[in-house]
Order: sequence, then structure tokens, then C-alpha cells
Amino acid sequence: MKTQTVPSIVPQKPRVNARVRDLPPSGIRKFFDLVATKPGVISLGVGEPDFVTPWHICEAGIHALEVGRTSYTSNLGLMELREEAAAFYERNYHYQYDPAGEILITVGGSEAIDLVFRSVLERGDEAIVIDPSFVSYAPLVTLAGGEPVRVPTEPERGFVPRRADLERAVTPQTRMLVLNYPNNPTGAALTREQAAAIVDFALGHHLLVVSDELYLQLTYDGEEVSFGAFPELREQLILIHGFSKSWAMTGWRLGIALGPGEFIDAMMKVHQYSIMCAPTLAQYGALEALKHGDEEVERMRKEYDARRRFITHHLNRIGLSCVPPKGAFYIFPSIRSTGMSSEEFATRLLEEENVAVIPGSAFGDAGEGHVRCSYAASLEQIREAVIRIERFVTRNRAADS
Amino acid sequence: MPLRSKILEILQRDARITPTEVAVMVGEDEKKVTELIRHMEKDGIILGYKTIVNPERAMEEKVSCLIEVSVQPERGYGFDKIAERILHFPEVQSVFLVSGGYDLLILIEGKTMRDIANFVIEKLSVLPNVRSTASHFLLKKYKEMGTILVEHTERERIPVSP
Repeated sequence: MKTQTVPSIVPQKPRVNARVRDLPPSGIRKFFDLVATKPGVISLGVGEPDFVTPWHICEAGIHALEVGRTSYTSNLGLMELREEAAAFYERNYHYQYDPAGEILITVGGSEAIDLVFRSVLERGDEAIVIDPSFVSYAPLVTLAGGEPVRVPTEPERGFVPRRADLERAVTPQTRMLVLNYPNNPTGAALTREQAAAIVDFALGHHLLVVSDELYLQLTYDGEEVSFGAFPELREQLILIHGFSKSWAMTGWRLGIALGPGEFIDAMMKVHQYSIMCAPTLAQYGALEALKHGDEEVERMRKEYDARRRFITHHLNRIGLSCVPPKGAFYIFPSIRSTGMSSEEFATRLLEEENVAVIPGSAFGDAGEGHVRCSYAASLEQIREAVIRIERFVTRNRAADS
Repeated sequence: MPLRSKILEILQRDARITPTEVAVMVGEDEKKVTELIRHMEKDGIILGYKTIVNPERAMEEKVSCLIEVSVQPERGYGFDKIAERILHFPEVQSVFLVSGGYDLLILIEGKTMRDIANFVIEKLSVLPNVRSTASHFLLKKYKEMGTILVEHTERERIPVSP
């Protein structure tokens, strides 16, 4: 009888990459599954405009389809769109980027963020991420092989990082600083002085600044502060913009990255292999948005502004103190007075009053003790949500005492 | 933007928003806003508050008709005198002086087609200076006063997103 030979290499079952496996699931995802089981929810949990894309933009998209604009564009995006983007920035913010090599059209701001990390970070490089912040930054840094280093911010400082905290986070491995003002989830925006201090810090440590300015036009009090306004930073700055928020085009998935040619080139390389080019149809819509969209953006901004004042007033009245939001369409009230964790607050508010808000902890440890409410909802919805939140808070405070 | 325009913008979107809420939304003192609204009502800047009804859904039997009217203008009055004679009829909803092939465009409403016919035959065409009329019955209303009246599906938004 012949003995069977044991193969020298034992075949292994296919496995998921360890970096992906070890990523924590998004706190928002968990909450989404919970909300999905509840019919008739009033949701202040949505991170997108409640407006439909302005009709003239939709119409431009329809026209693009009618005349058969259904093929690829240049990897960088339509030249016409890049030129219009350059003109838009020059007109509104007075800075210049060359449409031929300093502007890249991406699939939403998200892709642009991913591209920067993948094109810049070496294994083990560190990226400073503000805490709390948009859920994607830290995981995308990790996926790119880097290490996110979180710098906490606090309501007492308007959720703007302290210089000393930034300094403390710097190591020889620090390569970049990821910023997002106006901020999701806190609604914080920077004054020019605050931005100047951050610029000074970044220059001092030769860090690449990645500034996600998706909500720039949704600034309410004071001027729109963009890092593009600091010429001394230009060679180490990537600006990320997109059409989702200001133009209410989330589903079109279109973003813009602007920066020095060397970086845009590298990002384009990754983009060309993974994406080829941003959706052509959406690019034609975006072209119309940049050319003729200012009025509609202003109309929506005004309406958000009225709702912002409304919700701020009422949350403060209820006793959920908030830093007055200055941009985006979020408010980030403290729920510490209820004695609950942010996850407990959000879960119970959903169960008891059918109102969805996002636990602040989903945006980082520094978000604990807060919840994110989006006021990109109709005034009727906000009004009803406030009544329910008040009932919930009063009941639970009464139960405590 | 002046406070007055800010208030009007909010009320034109939704007239049921209370002065207290308007005050919060424009970030001004409640008393000041209430007073300003009262002033605008008195000065005829705000003329009234109405409900926009979709007649089809409300099952109201109503006939509407747009009528183009050619008139002979009068020395010293132009079109004003004749327009005024027309606008006081209760069935007349709107009266516009327009450029182009005719002079006045009026919108009238009645319960039946007969009502409209009677108005045109007995009241409108017999007015001195009315040279001719052309009536267009409304078959369907799609949008009125900035409000879309036809069924359109609610946009679906996922309830939670980053």
C-alpha cells in the first residue's frame, strides 16, 4: 500500500487583508441598521442636503444624455470643467490653479481624500486628524498604510485645535495635517487668524495640509476662510472641494482636488488605474453648476441659515448647550447634562421618540458627550424633532432627580 | 439684506410661521419683528395670507379660464379705467396688462362652463371699449404661484449618512 505524500505547502483559505479586517466598523453604519428597522422616523441624521439638485443642473445632465455625451473624458476630467473650476476659484477666492495640471476631477470629495493619502503616505507615516471629524479620514489613512494621529478639540475652544495640542502630536514621522472647516460634525468654521495659526504650524513642520472644504460656501457668520488664501502654503496644500453639499449634488458623486502639479500628477496616476475618469454625465452637470449655480447656492444657504438659528435657539432653550455652528449644516449639542453616553442618548431617543441623531462618538473619542443633528431637514421636521427631544430630555432628567 | 426682506422671504415660503419663530430665524428681537410685520400689513406690503389648494385633489368643481382682451385705451386714463371696471367682478381672479397681440389678460373662475360663458357674453364683451375677447379654458394646472400641483414622488433619502 502506497502512503500518501503530504504536500509541503498546506493550501490556505482565502483571507481578508488584516488592515481591512481590523478597521472598526463605522459608528454611523451601526446606527443606520438600527434606524432602518423603524418606520416613520424623523431624521436629523442625514449628512446631505434635503434639497433636490437645482433644476438647471439636472437639465444640463439630461441634455448631456440626449446629445450622447456618454463616453470617457480625460483622466483629469473634462478640460472645460477644469477651466470653469479654475475660473470659479479665481472669481470667488482669488487664487489661481492651472486647469492643465493642478486640478483633478474625482468621484466625490471622498475619492480625492483617498487619492491624497495613497499618493503621499509611506508605510508608517503619520497623518494628524482632528477629532471629532468626518468618519472617513482615519480609516483611509490606515488603508493607505499610514497611521492616523488624532488631535482632540473641545467645545470650549469652538472645536478648533489648540496650537500646543498640534505641536504635541508631531513626530519625525508626521507627514500631513488633515483639516475640514466648516466642519462635519461640529459646524465649526475658522476665523482668518485661526487659519493663519494653523498655516504657521504646518509651515514650521513642513507638513502637507489636506484641506477638505466641501462646506466652504455654507459659511454663515463671517467670511469664507479657505486655506487657498495663504500663498505661502501653496506648495504644500491640497484643496478638496466637491459638488455634493453646496450644490445639493450628493448622488452625482463629483469632487475636485487642487494642488501643486507634482501631487495632482501622482493622484491622477492612482485615479487613472482605479477609476479612469469621473462620470461624464455628472461632469456636465457640474459644469452648469459652476457656471450658473451661484444664485441657487445662495438661496439654499439662506434657508439653512434660518433653520440653523431656529435649531440652535431651541436646543439651547432645552438645555442641550451648543457651540453656535458657523458653517456646514450640522449642530453638535452637548448631551452631558442628561448623564447619558452619546450612543445611549441617540439609541434611546430613537426608541422612545422616533428621532434619529448621530452619536458624537462615531466621529472620534472627542465627540463623546455630544450628538450630531443635521438641519438639512424641513423646518416642519426640525420643529417636530425639537418638541420630541425636549420631551425626551425633560422626562429623563425628571427620572434622575 | 434688510430685515424687512428677510422676514418677507420667510413668510412667502410659509405664511404659518409665527412671528416668534420668524424672530428666531432672523436672529432679531421678537417684539421688533412682530411690530414690523404689523406695519407691513398696515402699509399694504403684506396684503394677506392664503392657502394654496390643489382643486383636483380637493374635488372642487371649478372651471378656470384665461381671457385675452383687446380694448380701446381712453385718453387720460390709458387702460386703467377699463381694467378697474373688470377687476371688481368677483369671478375675476387676476387682471394683467400685457404687451403683444392683445392688452389685458384676465383669469376668471366659475362653477360651470355656463358661468364663464355668461360672464364673457353678458359682462365682459358688452363693456364699452372692449374690442374683442379670446377665451382659453384651463385643462390642467401643473404649477401655481411657485407650487407644483401635479403628483411627484417624494425623493427618497437614506435616514442616516455620514
